[in-house]
Amino acid sequence: MELKTVQTHHVPVRYLEGGSGQPLVFLHGAGGTTAEDPFLAKLAESFHVYAPLIPGYGDSEEGPTIRDMLDFTLHSWDVVKALGLKDPILVGHSMGGMIAAEMAAIAPNDVSRLALICPAGLWLEDHPIADIFSTLPFEMPALLFHDAVAGAAQMTAGLALDDPAFLQAYLVTNARQLGMAGKILFPIPERGLAERLYRVSAKTILVWGDSDKLIPPVYAQAFKGMIAGAQLVSIPEAGHLVHWEKTDACVEAIKRLA
Amino acid sequence: MKFTWFNLMPWPYLPDDFREKNRSVWVDIDQKLFDPEKSHEVYNTYMDLLEYAGGLGFDGIGVNEHHQNGYGIMPSPNIIAAGLARRTKDVGLVVLGNSIALYNPPVRVAEEFAMLDCISGGRLVAGFPVGTSMDTNYCYGQIPALTREKYLEAHELIMRAWHEREPFAFNGRYNKLRHVNIWPRPIQQPNPPIHIPGGGSVETYDFCIDNTYSYSYLSFTGYIRAKALMQGYWDRVADRNAPDTSPYRAGFAQTICVAETDDEAERLYAEHIDYFYNRCLHVYPGFADAPGYRTIKTIQTGALSQYAPPTGGFGQLSWKDLTEQGHVIAGSPETVRQRLEELIKGLHVGNIFCLMHVGNMPADKCMYSTKLFAEKVMPKLRNMFPEYADDDRFWCKPMAKRVTAGSLLSESQAALVAGE
Repeated sequence: MELKTVQTHHVPVRYLEGGSGQPLVFLHGAGGTTAEDPFLAKLAESFHVYAPLIPGYGDSEEGPTIRDMLDFTLHSWDVVKALGLKDPILVGHSMGGMIAAEMAAIAPNDVSRLALICPAGLWLEDHPIADIFSTLPFEMPALLFHDAVAGAAQMTAGLALDDPAFLQAYLVTNARQLGMAGKILFPIPERGLAERLYRVSAKTILVWGDSDKLIPPVYAQAFKGMIAGAQLVSIPEAGHLVHWEKTDACVEAIKRLA
Repeated sequence: MKFTWFNLMPWPYLPDDFREKNRSVWVDIDQKLFDPEKSHEVYNTYMDLLEYAGGLGFDGIGVNEHHQNGYGIMPSPNIIAAGLARRTKDVGLVVLGNSIALYNPPVRVAEEFAMLDCISGGRLVAGFPVGTSMDTNYCYGQIPALTREKYLEAHELIMRAWHEREPFAFNGRYNKLRHVNIWPRPIQQPNPPIHIPGGGSVETYDFCIDNTYSYSYLSFTGYIRAKALMQGYWDRVADRNAPDTSPYRAGFAQTICVAETDDEAERLYAEHIDYFYNRCLHVYPGFADAPGYRTIKTIQTGALSQYAPPTGGFGQLSWKDLTEQGHVIAGSPETVRQRLEELIKGLHVGNIFCLMHVGNMPADKCMYSTKLFAEKVMPKLRNMFPEYADDDRFWCKPMAKRVTAGSLLSESQAALVAGE
C-alpha cells in the first residue's frame, strides 16, 4: 500500500492506495490503520483499495473543524469525491462502519454496495458497549480479540513499552486519534444512526466476529433488522478485530459485493 | 499574601479496605458508601469549619466543584458558598470554581456568581476551571476534544453577560440565546476577580496572562514537585510580555497541618494524611485523562496528569516521605513557616490555598491546626511581597457598608414600627 495525500475542503487527507480491480473505499476504526495492515493487503489482491485516514490519524493533519457526525459524514464524501470515485464499494470497520452507514443513509443514491464490519452507531440498553476511552492499554486485547494472548502480541510487537520517549509519542498518538474518534464515540458511541438507517438502499453485507466483546453480535441482529435486505456473515473464533483475526473470511464476505 | 482556607469536603467514612475493594474514588465510586443521614453532620461540620476559619483572619474561605467524588462531596460549590455568605462577615468567598463548560446555558454561572456577590456584599472571588477529565468528560459526558472550545465560548458568554448593559443575542456554536440579560449582576465591577485552576495546560497559562486572571495550580503533590510546572507558567508570563510578574498572578494549593511540635503534628495528623493520600486519591487511571482532553501541545511539554499517581502509588509513601517530599507541610509553627516561605519564594505565588482539613480529620484537630496557623504562621508571612502590596487586581473588593445577615427587628419592634 502506498501512502498519498489528497486535498479536501477541511484538511489535506492522507490515504493508503493499492491493488487493482473495482474501486473500494475502506474506512478504518478508532484504532486506525497503517500501510502494513494485513487486511488492506488482502483486500488489495481483489480490489483497487483506497483507505483514507481520518484527520489526526497516523501522520495526517488534525481536523478541528470536523466536530460532529454530520461533519464526519460529509467530510468522508468530500474524500470520495476528491479521489475521483463514483459509487465505490464502501467498507467500514467499527467507527468506520458507523461513518460508512451514515454516508449510505445520507446519500442512498450514491452507494450501491456497502460492507459494515462490526460497525458502531447503535446502542441497545440491555447490551451497553464498553467504554474504550477509559480502558487501559493492557485491558484492550481482551476486549478486541478472540485470542487475547495472540492479540496482545500483535498489538505490542516492536513497541518499546518502557522507553519514556515512546510512551510520550504513544500518548500524543492516542490523544490525536482517540481525541478525534471521541467526537462521535464519546461518551456513548451513538449519534442517531438508528433513525436514519431506513434510508440505506445499498446491497449490504454485515460482517461480525462471533466472539466480539466490544460490540457483541446482538448488534449484528439490530443492524440486520434496520437495513432492508442486509446479509449477515458471522465469523467464528473472531473478536472485534475480526478483519485481523480472520482476514481471509472477511475479504471473502466482501467479495460477495463484487 | 492572600491565604484562603480550603475544604475539599472529603467523605470521611471510606472503609479501611477501600483501595483493595474499589477501583476508583471518583466517577464510579460505590453508591453504597455514601450515607445521606451521616452526610447531614458531615456537611454542617464542614461548613462550620469554613466559617470558623473565616473568623480567624484568613483572607478567604474556599470551595470547589467535583462530581461523583469521594474526596469532594461538593457538586455545587455555589450552594455551600451561599450558606457561607450569610454566616460570615468580612472574609472573601473563593469559589474555585464553576466548571463553566458544564452549565447549560453558562449564563447560569453569571447569574449565580452575581447572586453570591450581591448577597455577600462584593466578597466573591470567582473561579473558572476547565474541569478535570473525571468531572467534565467521564461524569458529565462532555466530548474531550471539544471541551476547551466549549469552555472558551462559555467564558465569552459569561463575561459579556456581566459587562453589557443592554440585552444582546448570543449566537455561539454551543449556546444560542436570543435574549441575554442577566438580572442580578455582580457588585464588583467590571467583574469579580477571576482565578483559573489549572494542571499544566499551556493554553490555560496564556488564557490567564492575556485576561489578567490568576493561575492556580491545585496540586496534591506539594510545592517541590510543582516547581517545574510553575516555572513553566512564569516563563510564559515573560514570553508574552505581561506588564509585571506580580505573585498574585499565581496561586498554589498546599496541604498544611500545624501542631505545637513536629512530633505532635505526626501524632495528631498522620492517620488523616494517610487516609487522604491512600484512599481519597485512589483514582482509576483510565479516568485521569480522556484522550483529546489535553491538547497535543500540553502533552508534549511532558506534563502528566496529576491524577496519574507517582510510580508505586501514593500508598507506599509514609508520613516522613510525604512531609520531606513536600506533598504535605506539617509540623510546629516554625517548621511550617519555614517551609511555606520556601514555597512562596520558590514558586513566586501570592495566593495560597491552605488545604487544612485533610481526609477524615475530625473537627477538633482541624480547629487546633487552623488556629495555630492563623495565629503563629500566617502573621509572619503576610508581607512577603511588599512591592506588590497594592496589587488588588486578583482579590475581591467588598462594599464598604455591608448589612449583617439575620438582623431583622424583633417581632414586637416590627409591630411597633409598622403600626406607626
